[in-house]
Amino acid sequence: MLQGALDMLILRSLVIGPAHGHTIAHTIEHGSDRVLQVEHGSLYPALHRLEDRGLLASFWGTSENNRKAKYYRLTPPGRKMLAAETSRWEQLVRAIGQVMKPTTD
Amino acid sequence: MAWTKFFRRNRRDDEAAREIASYIAIETDDNVARGMSPQAAHDAAVRKFGNATQVREEIYWMNTVRPVDTIWQDLKYAVRLLRRDKGFAVAAILSLALGIGANTAIFQLLDTVRLRTLPVTDPHELVVIHFQRGSKLSGRFSSRMPYMTSAQVEELRKQRLDDVFSGLFAWSSLALNTATGGEVRTADTLWVSGETFDILGLRPVIGRLITPADDRPGCGSAPAVISYAYWQRAFGGSTDVLGKTVRLDGTQFDIVGVTPPDFFGLDVGRRFDVAIPICADALLPSQRDRIASRGNFWLAVVGRLQPGQTVATATDRLIAVSPAITAASVPDGYTSEGQQAYKNNKLQARAASSGLSDLREQFAKPLFVLLAATGLVLLIACANLANLLLARATARQREIAIRLAIGASRQRIVGQLLIESVLLALVGTVLGMVVARALTDVLVAQLAAGMGSLFLDLSWNMTVFAFTAAVAGAACLLFGLAPAMQATALAPVTALKTGGRGNSEARGRFGLRKALVVAQVALSLVLLIGALLFGRTLYNVLTIDAGFDQQIMQVELSHPSLQPEDVVQLQVVREDLRQRIAALPGIADAVLVNNAPLTGNWRNEYVYADGKPEKALANFSTVGPNYFTAVGVPIVKGRAFSDADTLHAAPVAVVNETFAKKFFPDREAVGNRIWIEVAEGTPITKIEVVGISRDAKYGDIRDEFDPVVHLPMAQNSDGRMVRMLVKPRGRLDGVMAAITREVGRVNPEISIEMRVIGQQVRDGLVRERLMAALSAAFGALAGLLAAIGIYGVMSYTVTRRANEIGIRLAMGASRSGVLRLVIVEAVWLIGAGIVIGTAMGLGAARAARSLLFGLQPGDPLTMASAIAVLAAIGVIASYLPARRASRVDPMNVLRQE
Repeated sequence: MLQGALDMLILRSLVIGPAHGHTIAHTIEHGSDRVLQVEHGSLYPALHRLEDRGLLASFWGTSENNRKAKYYRLTPPGRKMLAAETSRWEQLVRAIGQVMKPTTD
Repeated sequence: MAWTKFFRRNRRDDEAAREIASYIAIETDDNVARGMSPQAAHDAAVRKFGNATQVREEIYWMNTVRPVDTIWQDLKYAVRLLRRDKGFAVAAILSLALGIGANTAIFQLLDTVRLRTLPVTDPHELVVIHFQRGSKLSGRFSSRMPYMTSAQVEELRKQRLDDVFSGLFAWSSLALNTATGGEVRTADTLWVSGETFDILGLRPVIGRLITPADDRPGCGSAPAVISYAYWQRAFGGSTDVLGKTVRLDGTQFDIVGVTPPDFFGLDVGRRFDVAIPICADALLPSQRDRIASRGNFWLAVVGRLQPGQTVATATDRLIAVSPAITAASVPDGYTSEGQQAYKNNKLQARAASSGLSDLREQFAKPLFVLLAATGLVLLIACANLANLLLARATARQREIAIRLAIGASRQRIVGQLLIESVLLALVGTVLGMVVARALTDVLVAQLAAGMGSLFLDLSWNMTVFAFTAAVAGAACLLFGLAPAMQATALAPVTALKTGGRGNSEARGRFGLRKALVVAQVALSLVLLIGALLFGRTLYNVLTIDAGFDQQIMQVELSHPSLQPEDVVQLQVVREDLRQRIAALPGIADAVLVNNAPLTGNWRNEYVYADGKPEKALANFSTVGPNYFTAVGVPIVKGRAFSDADTLHAAPVAVVNETFAKKFFPDREAVGNRIWIEVAEGTPITKIEVVGISRDAKYGDIRDEFDPVVHLPMAQNSDGRMVRMLVKPRGRLDGVMAAITREVGRVNPEISIEMRVIGQQVRDGLVRERLMAALSAAFGALAGLLAAIGIYGVMSYTVTRRANEIGIRLAMGASRSGVLRLVIVEAVWLIGAGIVIGTAMGLGAARAARSLLFGLQPGDPLTMASAIAVLAAIGVIASYLPARRASRVDPMNVLRQE
């Protein structure tokens, strides 16, 4: 996965509402039709890093099947960051698309 | 910031663990919902998550400050390891504590005595002014710093040296009696010129200090200023002290002020109690009018340099004005050639920022020697520790190899091994400070015995702390770094392959261990040689034959009533006191003396043998007629004094053998005359030698026998106090009380001072005693450490060569052959150490030559004994491992291979 892409995907998956690590992984994997595989070895450190930077906040809650779980939610700086990242990402995709599209037809 | 996270890192780690567990639980639930068995569901969940420990670690590292955490972990690990290996830890910490403690203690004394500056304003500007070494001066030297006479100081002041000095002051010090009669209670008294306190920049705690207005020539009364310590001690720190008086040798002084707490005077090692102006000396009947007397050296002059001036420029200026000063201050009674020599004397300046001290002259060199010795002890201890650590490193070789192989960095492992050393050094240093405290207490008590009293401010300061830290740090690097580097130098593959056995082991490391043992033996030999040299020096001075009975007491009585002007009256008063004391039970004899041997009261004059033009110095003893029998000095020729040698009879003298040999080398002394050169106040006298006494020590027990002239008391009624030597029959304690009572019966106001000459002489040998005791302790410690070192290395050799020895035995080598094999190897190491150590020891002994007595630095017997002792220690230490080697069971060893 691209450098920084995991952070963006995590932020994106939390737009709908707070979620715990398991759900976040699930959302990313299913949302990409299982194209993107989330490494747990990267997911959890990434969550802690984002929380440290103040982009996420966390709380302990109860999961759908009654398990204690650590929930993450977006903070206002997190939302701002997501917006910035999203537009940067779209620019990048457009740019790559332009290069990759055959222009001589 | 990272630190807040740092302190919460364990909670965060815990949270991460719970989070991971929660993931596993949820995933397991999902798996079960998909129809898996609970066990399979859990396993699948764990597999899916991957390496949980690694995730936790990664999160943990985000929350911590890495180096701190590493060090903390290593420290905990080191503590665990040391606790598991208590013997090693105790040996290491103790040897470090002793080494660092001894170094700190000696350095602390050296710092106090030698390095620290006086507690006055800008001490670096202060210089002391005195005549250059080798100056021709004679006269009476009557204080602790007898550098100049009053006349010389006056002439110096006339020279207008304002360009070099912003101020000059004179001072002096002596102990005076504050009691009125009975046993003497002394107060250390400073005589100061009026400017002194102003130039030193001191402010009074209460009242005022002495000013130039107090110090006018011929002052009829004078104020006294007391030290803070004396204020607290004698007056309980009460402010009404300002109305009170202090009595010094019978004269009353009004107390007008108290000096600051940290000002102890200018004489390091002493503290003053009372300060009086110089002009007040004339008010003290016990002093001999030292201001007016042109031949009495009793003052020291200190100057404060003008900004930009140095000791050298001041000395140049002083040399330039010296002729004018000496020309106008010639002491009375010098011959014309004596005057000429005197006028060529030159003054000089010497830095006085750290004060002046006879303590320093006497002990700076011994302290430097001791510091060197303690440095050697610490070096040996470090070598020992390095050896022990190397042995441990060898034992841990596999562990380290495995850690290196699975990816630990070399720095991390070196760091961890170093932490262990740092921990040892830290604990050793803390204990060392305790050792240092105890040691300085002992040292100061010892020194105090020799100095009469001793005051040293031994509080810890930054210099001492820095020294201790530097010593500890250096020690730690010395013993810790090499083993740590060595331990990781080996490629893991090699280490794992050989597994600590066999003979393909790194030779380099073992070479280092052998070199350490050689160094240990060499350094120990140096200390052992020192111990024996100083031990024999002490023995030599203790067994000096003084030539007379040292178990006699000197009794000094002083009171104005004991100093009648009339000479006959004076003799009556003295004889009465002598007879009263001699008649007391428990006293065998009492004899009146003036200048008696080894009492610290000495007098020397130039003497001519009748009919010879050349003169030479001789010591003088003025004694009563029964002196020779009372102190046990036999007359070898002629006669002793008798009651017939009165003031009106012909003047007579008894000389000692050395005098007779020196002054009458080719003729008979008895019956000939001697001439005493004119000295202050005495006419030329021709005296007939009537007897020769056996040689006895005079000034210092360490001196050679000097020529001595004994004169009868009856013909020489000099001296202001009644002084006698008392020979007790048995125990002393009752005798002293009896004398005090008897004298009190004559007049309760008479002051009494008593001391046993032998005791005083022994106290005077404090330097020898100190050097002998400490060097013996260091020598013993060094020997012990060397033994441990040799034992350790030889044990290790034996273990390492167990296979080889097994094979040798299996092939028919005898047990004694194996024993010899191991001992011969040890002997090589010891021999190499001894060769190096002997050379170093000779050099060290030469450097300390001035501290030895009665033997040469390279004394063959001492050298041979030191070598023999160390060789014996070495062979014994290697015998045990050798015996173990010879008892190896070849079957056992070979089967293990």
